[in-house]
Amino acid sequence: MNSMDYDVVVVGSGVVGASIARLLSSYELKAAVIEKFPDACFGVSKANSGIIHGAFHHATTTLKARLELKGNMMYDQLHKELGFPFKRTGIIVAAFSSEEMKTVRLLYKQGVANGAPGIEICGSERLLNLEPGLNPDIAGGLYAPFAGVVEPYRFVFSLMESAQLNGLDFIRDFEVVRSSYDGKLHQVFSSDGRAVAASFVINAAGLYADKISEIFNGEKFKIHPRKGEEFLLDRNSPARPNNVIFPVPAKESKGMLVIPTVEGTTMIGPTSEKIDDKEDSSTTYSNMERIFLQASRMVSGISRRDVITSFSGLRPVLENEDFLIEKSQMAPAFIQVAGIQSPGLTAAPAIAEYVLEILSKDCGLKLEKKKSFIPEISRTEKIYGISPEKLDELIEKNPAYGNIVCRCEQISEAEIVDAIRKGHTTIDGIKFYTRSGMGRCQGGFCTYKILKIISRETGIPIDHITRRGNGSFITGERISGELK
Amino acid sequence: MIKKTYDAIIIGGGAAGLSAAWNVAKAGFSTAIIERENCLGGILNQCIHTGFGLHRFGKELSGPEYAEMDIDLVAANKVDSFINTTVFEIRSNGILKSVFASSAEGVTEFETRAVILSMGCRERNRGNLGIPGTRPSGIMTAGLAQRLLNIEGYLPGRKAVIIGSGDIGLIMARRLTWSGAIVMGVIEILPYPSGLARNIAQCLDDFEIPLYLGHTVSAINGKERVESVDVSPFKDGVPSLSGTFKIDCDTVLISAGLIPENELSVKAGVKLSNATGGPYVDSSMMTNVPGIFACGNVLHVHDLVDYVSEESENCGSAVVSYLSSDECSCTQGNISAGSNIKYIVPSKYRTGIPQKFYMRSLMPFENAMLTVKCADKILFERKLKYVRPPEMQSFTLTPEMTDGLNENSPEINVSLTEV
Ligand SMILES: Cc1cc2nc3c(=O)[nH]c(=O)nc-3n(C[C@H](O)[C@H](O)[C@H](O)COP(=O)(O)OP(=O)(O)OC[C@H]3O[C@@H](n4cnc5c(N)ncnc54)[C@H](O)[C@@H]3O)c2cc1C
Ligand SMILES: Cc1cc2nc3c(=O)[nH]c(=O)nc-3n(C[C@H](O)[C@H](O)[C@H](O)COP(=O)(O)OP(=O)(O)OC[C@H]3O[C@@H](n4cnc5c(N)ncnc54)[C@H](O)[C@@H]3O)c2cc1C
Repeated sequence: MNSMDYDVVVVGSGVVGASIARLLSSYELKAAVIEKFPDACFGVSKANSGIIHGAFHHATTTLKARLELKGNMMYDQLHKELGFPFKRTGIIVAAFSSEEMKTVRLLYKQGVANGAPGIEICGSERLLNLEPGLNPDIAGGLYAPFAGVVEPYRFVFSLMESAQLNGLDFIRDFEVVRSSYDGKLHQVFSSDGRAVAASFVINAAGLYADKISEIFNGEKFKIHPRKGEEFLLDRNSPARPNNVIFPVPAKESKGMLVIPTVEGTTMIGPTSEKIDDKEDSSTTYSNMERIFLQASRMVSGISRRDVITSFSGLRPVLENEDFLIEKSQMAPAFIQVAGIQSPGLTAAPAIAEYVLEILSKDCGLKLEKKKSFIPEISRTEKIYGISPEKLDELIEKNPAYGNIVCRCEQISEAEIVDAIRKGHTTIDGIKFYTRSGMGRCQGGFCTYKILKIISRETGIPIDHITRRGNGSFITGERISGELK
Repeated sequence: MIKKTYDAIIIGGGAAGLSAAWNVAKAGFSTAIIERENCLGGILNQCIHTGFGLHRFGKELSGPEYAEMDIDLVAANKVDSFINTTVFEIRSNGILKSVFASSAEGVTEFETRAVILSMGCRERNRGNLGIPGTRPSGIMTAGLAQRLLNIEGYLPGRKAVIIGSGDIGLIMARRLTWSGAIVMGVIEILPYPSGLARNIAQCLDDFEIPLYLGHTVSAINGKERVESVDVSPFKDGVPSLSGTFKIDCDTVLISAGLIPENELSVKAGVKLSNATGGPYVDSSMMTNVPGIFACGNVLHVHDLVDYVSEESENCGSAVVSYLSSDECSCTQGNISAGSNIKYIVPSKYRTGIPQKFYMRSLMPFENAMLTVKCADKILFERKLKYVRPPEMQSFTLTPEMTDGLNENSPEINVSLTEV
């Protein structure tokens, strides 16, 4: 084996790839993650509802139900080690008729069968006590206290950071287009002609798991994108609930929700719509109307005036609606992790353990715990909401804390520089890492400041800086003037 | 933590903060401006076109030239200024206020008796407008484009569509054209333009840039960078998708209004008006929090900087009276927006002094009658020509007009009617 060869290569750095990567990095292995974008978490994992689900939505017979509960339970430990924003808010499913209450009872039974701890059926009085902002016409509902919310990109970034700290390689801008196998090693080739070699390959390519499977001569399945549009409301919106509020679910999706995000904003959505184009990230007028109507039915105070941004994400769905996680029957030394739709974010830590089990049991890879494994990562101080005294201390250590770059979310230059030094060099990468530009002005004030800081720190000319790689340049060419 | 003491602290060194500051300092009070950017002048610094100062100085200046006038007065009147310093908290300890600001040197606590809020405003963005479509690069507010082009020296793009006919967007249409970019059109949802008439003529008509009134952008298209927009007629409050057409472009600028920047004010307990987005102020430009005053775009959005300066000079004088404790014994009463008026600022009047009020109409009029009434008594009437919502109106209440009003008088009502 060449010194450049890997034992395991993971294709994709979404929440699934990153969870697997971190777990791999705790063993005596040489492993890498390859990603077509310049940063992690630019796929499905950046555009979702950020909910750690309550393990009552899916039938006990499914793989996703099992991994959902297990994944949920693993979040506390991960949060302790990695410090990403996470909170157990609880979920309420709000029913408005006796017909809907029937469904609530079914969900309750399913939750109990799945082993969901602490769930209960509530009458309207108890629900309004738990959540005073609910529509008072509520008939009753389900309460799952151990469900929560997470900041998905911070979670993924912290997993990748931890994995890299423990020796895993993160290979960016590497779009897998071709592969070959010589009986021992896979050669994996990128669109720009680079190659990496690996004994085992794990397919965690999200929407493109079907394409990657094809490239490695694996199973022929099709990933169907199912779109979800979401709207984000200002921190000051009066419509912020304490719990995540669900309607009684429809057939294919969990319905449109009101979500108190862990960052302090309120999010409403998502829709659920089958589409063909895996690159379609568009939102539409008619769906906006539907989301506002549905959400306002459950919680009062939701207003279009408070919208700060909207986005859409695509769920990677397989025909049978379940996760597909197994050693490929067709491609050698290749593991499929496909169809990871909701609750993929919740399940990801458990998916990683499941994959490692397959690697050891089905593939015969020897797994030996790394003695030097460091579970924690360093934490960067943030200035949002801290006291003047504390801020003064930070500035004394590092004057860049005194320069507030993003005024809406209060992000200092020190935090931006930290993000860049950790490898986030696109506008979106810095935004997802620090939250700069995520507030009410959406980067109207701070974008040019961040462009200058990136350029200063990395030497990339301003007109070469992109929003998220490829051709997504922020400005046109330099025409005049000196940078001050 | 460093501690400093001043009679008055001005937050924001734009046109508003500068005028207010030198007017306070002129009366002998120790005054400081705190500004987060690396120089004074605020948004004027990026407005390199002319058209500023016609009312105030009787000549057309560029933004930086206009700012220079006040910056000189600030220096001459010995106002201290702290640049690269951002205020992040205001605390009230009874009559005294503590203003906390951060800079590379650390946090400074400014102890003061009067605080003037003059933080300006921010621009409405795509999210605020709820424009559907994809999320490519190349969508930005007109102000950011102005900054990139005029100060940083980068062309925002080659082929632009501008959403909203606000003044900044119109100015940018001309600026982009001069820089070699093509402006494919300006899309305005209202049946009339929201920028000044002179800007429509000088920035669009002169360059044959199409203005689509009563239209909206119903989708932005493109993967990495903007590729096109869908433009639809706007009828009965919704885009009529059957009439949609496409315009190719690589850049979308948004110039659809400004929102006063009041996060800091709200944290300090200042109450805001829904109509202006700025604080309610009384006849001394004081907010509901005693000792905290406001002027300029943070109070309500102005279309001309000349009015910003005028209002802020008045604010400065009011702060001087406050600091000298020579409050006049005359009465204060409420003045409110009546029919066809969006808002009126300040929201209180005072007898015994002349006082200027600023307001905006809710709809355009060829000929309108402005009526200021107290119950049935008409205090003042004036004919106005070509009243349009984008153009701010003003009038002065003289002591004669308010003569005889007292605490028990009903509120004054201001209205516009078609004649
Ligand atoms: C609207 C919406 C709401 C959701 N809400 C929730 C929720 O609240 N809770 C929850 O638990 N789950 C939720 N989900 C589901 C969850 O987001 C997904 O299950 C999860 O993010 C999938 O992660 P992933 O790593 O499999 O995919 P991805 O994040 O897409 O990662 C795959 C990666 O592979 C890379 N890749 C693809 N092709 C190649 C190639 N050829 N070469 C190199 N790299 C490649 C991609 O660029 C991408 O980074 C939601 C999903 C959507 C769409
Ligand atoms: C983008 C834009 C472009 C414009 N273009 C034109 C034009 O072309 N023609 C025209 O006639 N008018 C234009 N105007 C309007 C006019 O110039 C303004 O009304 C006027 O200059 C506003 O003055 P101001 O002092 O209220 O606000 P600003 O000039 O915005 O000043 C506010 C200042 O406060 C500072 N500040 C804010 N918060 C803090 C804090 N917490 N701590 C410290 N400092 C802070 C800001 O950095 C800024 O310097 C424009 C306005 C905007 C927003």
